[in-house]
Amino acid sequence: MKNNPTDEKKTRRDFIHITSGVTVATGLVAAGWPLIDQMNPSADVLALATVEVDLEPLQPGQSISVLWRGKPLFIRYRTDEEISKAEDIDVNSLKDPQLDKDRAQNSKYLVMIGVCTHLGCVPLGQEGEYGGWFCPCHGSHYDTSGRIRKGPAPTNLEIPPYVFLDETTIKIG
Amino acid sequence: MSNTKNGKGVIGWIDYRLPIFSTLQHTLVDYPTPKNLNYWWNFGSLAGIFLMIQIVTGIVLAMHYTPSVEGAFASIEHIMRDVNYGWLIRYIHMNGASFFFIVVYIHIFRGLYYGSYKSPREVLWWLGLIILLLMMATAFMGYVLPWGQMSFWGATVITNLFSAVPVVGTAVVEWLWGGFAVDNALLNRFFALHYLFPFLIVGVVILHIVALHTHGSNNPLGIDRKGPQDSIPFHPYYTIKDLFGLSFVLTIFAAVVFYAPDFLGHPDNYIPADPLKTPAHIVPEWYFLPFYAILRAVPDKLGGVIAMISAILILFALPWLDTSKVRSATFRPIYKKFFWLLFIDVIILTWVGGSPAEGHFILIGQLATIYYFAHFIILMPIIGIIETPRPLPNSISESVLNKPIKG
Amino acid sequence: MKNYYQIIKIFFISFIFINTFFCKAFAAGPDAKITKMNFSFDGIFGVIDKASARRGLQVYNEICAGCHSLEHVAYRNLLDIGFSSDQVKEFASQFEVMGEPDSDGEVNMRSAIPSDRFVSPYLNDNQAKAYNNGAIPPDLSLIIKARAGGASYFYSLLKGYEDVPEDKEPINGYYNIAYPGNVIAMPQPLYGDDVEYEDGTEATMEQEIIDLVSFLAWTAQPELNDRKSMGFRVFLFLVFMTSVLFLSYRKIWKKIKG
Repeated sequence: MKNNPTDEKKTRRDFIHITSGVTVATGLVAAGWPLIDQMNPSADVLALATVEVDLEPLQPGQSISVLWRGKPLFIRYRTDEEISKAEDIDVNSLKDPQLDKDRAQNSKYLVMIGVCTHLGCVPLGQEGEYGGWFCPCHGSHYDTSGRIRKGPAPTNLEIPPYVFLDETTIKIG
Repeated sequence: MSNTKNGKGVIGWIDYRLPIFSTLQHTLVDYPTPKNLNYWWNFGSLAGIFLMIQIVTGIVLAMHYTPSVEGAFASIEHIMRDVNYGWLIRYIHMNGASFFFIVVYIHIFRGLYYGSYKSPREVLWWLGLIILLLMMATAFMGYVLPWGQMSFWGATVITNLFSAVPVVGTAVVEWLWGGFAVDNALLNRFFALHYLFPFLIVGVVILHIVALHTHGSNNPLGIDRKGPQDSIPFHPYYTIKDLFGLSFVLTIFAAVVFYAPDFLGHPDNYIPADPLKTPAHIVPEWYFLPFYAILRAVPDKLGGVIAMISAILILFALPWLDTSKVRSATFRPIYKKFFWLLFIDVIILTWVGGSPAEGHFILIGQLATIYYFAHFIILMPIIGIIETPRPLPNSISESVLNKPIKG
Repeated sequence: MKNYYQIIKIFFISFIFINTFFCKAFAAGPDAKITKMNFSFDGIFGVIDKASARRGLQVYNEICAGCHSLEHVAYRNLLDIGFSSDQVKEFASQFEVMGEPDSDGEVNMRSAIPSDRFVSPYLNDNQAKAYNNGAIPPDLSLIIKARAGGASYFYSLLKGYEDVPEDKEPINGYYNIAYPGNVIAMPQPLYGDDVEYEDGTEATMEQEIIDLVSFLAWTAQPELNDRKSMGFRVFLFLVFMTSVLFLSYRKIWKKIKG
């Protein structure tokens, strides 16, 4: 076919067909994107992706759970005892070493996502061998800083992105 | 050609056990097609594409829709406002239904003009009519889902038609409703069936294509093919022609979707359903208007329902009502005139169906209804007998070469 | 080629024929006078005038919101017409919504946040009825799409209040030449100088109505600006695709047609 005498004509014809083919393919891809993107979080869901929480009513030793992005969020006003337990520890001995000050911006308030890093159950508060959280599903024990100490969970309880807007108000997300 | 091409490698291995590739090859590539098809033959594949568009956008909408009387209207607004590209997908689905009907109606009129229902294509024609009936049911149920005023009152009026059935009418209607009025139960079952029916349509479409490929496509001359010189393979000739036609129609479609998305709809459907307040004029979507006009043309409740159903059922008998041996209206001088008269009649019925049932509209509607039935029951058998068709060309290729016939 | 034109012709004629007829039949009643207006958002390149829509929010909030809800619109949506997120937060915070039940099971009111939808002036439909002599003031979120005549109708309605002609007295409501049936339950809402615009625009009656129409056109079709700009690009693309496919088609068929 390469030695065809009408080579030049062929190239021109091919050019038109290639243009058509590329155009149709482009059109299909462009039309496909909205069909994929529609499954991404919608505007109303994104609007709830940041929540503001007022910590004023919390007393030492009290916890609240807030729903954030469909997951429970544990916010605990820790007692001095809990704080010292969380700080006085050799982090290198931990499964997932992390300093308590890296986990709590203000050491009084511990804010974390209440989902066990093992298989997604919600741990129970102030339970387990370390006085922190205990996951009833497969027996993971977390300490008062939410770090994994014993059990199958691979990592510490996750800390969401948050900032203190003032002394007692935080914005999560 | 079809078997040798797919005989090697993985494809050949699968094809030897399940001949999907050779079937596709035969259907979309090799299928010998008359070489003289005009643009009116584009509408079959166009209808298939619009069916696909409706199914894809419909599945997407179902991911965000809530089928309950409390949540339906708000969930549509959620789709329109919050879901990424939700407005685009919903407007495509809304207007896609209209375009699907436009395309299918043109496809049917093409069949009427060129006698595509005649032997040996009667079953092909029937399958097409079954698709039309399924489409109408699907479209009707789909229109109920947004739960606007027209949804609600359209559903009320149409389901009440069944109460015209003697003796069991009321029982049938309550069974349809799952209650004593159009309410949550009906909305839920309509949603379930609206999701199911398109797949039934796909099934019948496959049968439609099988029947089509058994005796091959009809053509504008309406004469049978005499040999291979009359045919060309479907690919690339008709694939490119269909693709071009599709692109052209999509351009018009896009203009409507982006610039007049609510043009074909009714403003009342942006008012949430209110069982206590009927809108001033209840009109179905435009594609039902001719049938709605026939329904209203008969002053009796049961009679109207029967007339409306007969308007479609009569088309099933068409292969026998048409007594002419010649397929294409190109060679039938008298029938051709009456064909256009029927076309105008259907437009008039559409117009009457969309107008309030009062004054001269009632009379016009009744005359148009009478003509509609007379056309099929009286005129078609008579014209076939008294008409002298013009001489048919000997073969398609001869006609193509000499170009003697004007359409 | 002949067939090609024939298709376009018949397709368009029948399409337009059918639609003009049945649309006209339902454009308001015979006794409603509608002035056809040209708004900023009409036409192929028309867009919502955001400054006007922002003024319209003020008109809605100070005049309409006493009776009419806007249930499908959230405060956060106001970002689309050019408010800053602080302005939105502040605007939302003046309204109260029901909060989650507290630990004692009591439901307390909290101030609204941007993700809340516009707060309705009524607790429920029956309260709306009771406050308004049995007629529920319609929700305004979709009003422009929900009335035949659209924005022009809405404009005409707000301008359409007149004294009752002597031969029609007495009527139970107010006389309006744009309203189907001419008797409307809502008293004239705008007279001019009903609000004091923050941006210094003079609040004539005409200005207030146009601003309100801009705002409600936006609440009914928040996608309008995106839709039109995307539509233009899609249309150009499809015209191009149709053209190249036509060339391909002609090339391929050359062998057959000679």
